[in-house]
Amino acid sequence: MCLDSGSSALPAPAPARLVALGQALLERNDRGAALLRQRFRRDGLPVVNLLSSPGAGKTALLERLGRELAGRGRRLAVIVGDLATDHDARRLAAAGVAAVPISTGQSCHLETAMVARALSQLPQPLSDLDLLVIENVGNLVCPAAYDLGEQLRVVLLSVTEGEDKPLKYPAIFHSADLVVISKVDLADAVAFERQRAHEAIAAVAPRAAVLEVSARSGSGLEALAARLLTPSAPLDPLAPLAPLAPLAPLAPLAPLASLASLQP
Amino acid sequence: MHELSLLEAVRQQAIAEARRHGAIAIERIHLRIGSLAGVDPEALAFAFEVVMAGSPAAGAELRIQTVDARWFCTPCSAPFTGPSGLCLCPRCGAASGLLLQGRELELSSLQIC
Repeated sequence: MCLDSGSSALPAPAPARLVALGQALLERNDRGAALLRQRFRRDGLPVVNLLSSPGAGKTALLERLGRELAGRGRRLAVIVGDLATDHDARRLAAAGVAAVPISTGQSCHLETAMVARALSQLPQPLSDLDLLVIENVGNLVCPAAYDLGEQLRVVLLSVTEGEDKPLKYPAIFHSADLVVISKVDLADAVAFERQRAHEAIAAVAPRAAVLEVSARSGSGLEALAARLLTPSAPLDPLAPLAPLAPLAPLAPLAPLASLASLQP
Repeated sequence: MHELSLLEAVRQQAIAEARRHGAIAIERIHLRIGSLAGVDPEALAFAFEVVMAGSPAAGAELRIQTVDARWFCTPCSAPFTGPSGLCLCPRCGAASGLLLQGRELELSSLQIC
């Protein structure tokens, strides 16, 4: 179709030419993500993008995590993406977690514009929170390419899904900073082969840390909480997290020497 | 199906660039899609015509260059390609965390006239 549809005169045939562009298709989302990341950093807020297939236990894990954190006086807020219904947000609210639902309609993933809108609906300012989790739409394909400004990307793999799931969805597992094997209380019941799962994760996401948790029994939750609250901690899951040394109070500044005393 | 929203970005960016370059028509749109970008090139091709319909990009041809994931193996000091998304070096079997390419989602060029 002609770009210049308003003109009635026939344009002279123009020679075809190739224009090199190299533009990112997700440029707008990436720009939004950079802004969100800046804002989260300014508020000193760790932000997690939580991804998994539907039913891997994202919401159950967050319910339990919310309770654990509340017990330690830490505040968790969750932005919940769901195709339809606000059931997950209600479940989280019932667990005492501040939750803002995003109904994505037909969209299979969250984008930065949706997250930015949801942030304004949180009941408290970001600086009052200790952890913000963005619970993405249950989907192991589409959300992989969308940066949401998070510091830590966590992909859940439940023991009921099969050990080779990472090999089937390499793109999303490759993007993970942390892979959480969930529902480990069911591992024996489904004859989960732990070693195979760890090998599959290592084959597609060698840089990701791996933790095993159970929202039901609470096992592994402490390590997970520590990891989420300090997203810039070293990636080795086996290394115990060193407690942060308290900042030494700033020494009073020595009075500036007068310019005259600097003269030879 | 985020292929649709990606194609909307393709349409918008292609039309804006074509206008900026004083084009009369868009003949061809070239995309580069990495094998680890989480996008199915066939789904893109399938939906392309529908998304471009009725816009100045209607009638344009779509060319997709898929970019196989490529890693650098430190022990071998050489790159390797892993089209299935496995980052295990075929020479020595070591896992590599150094991805060189494969996450591209790019409008690489336009043929205009």
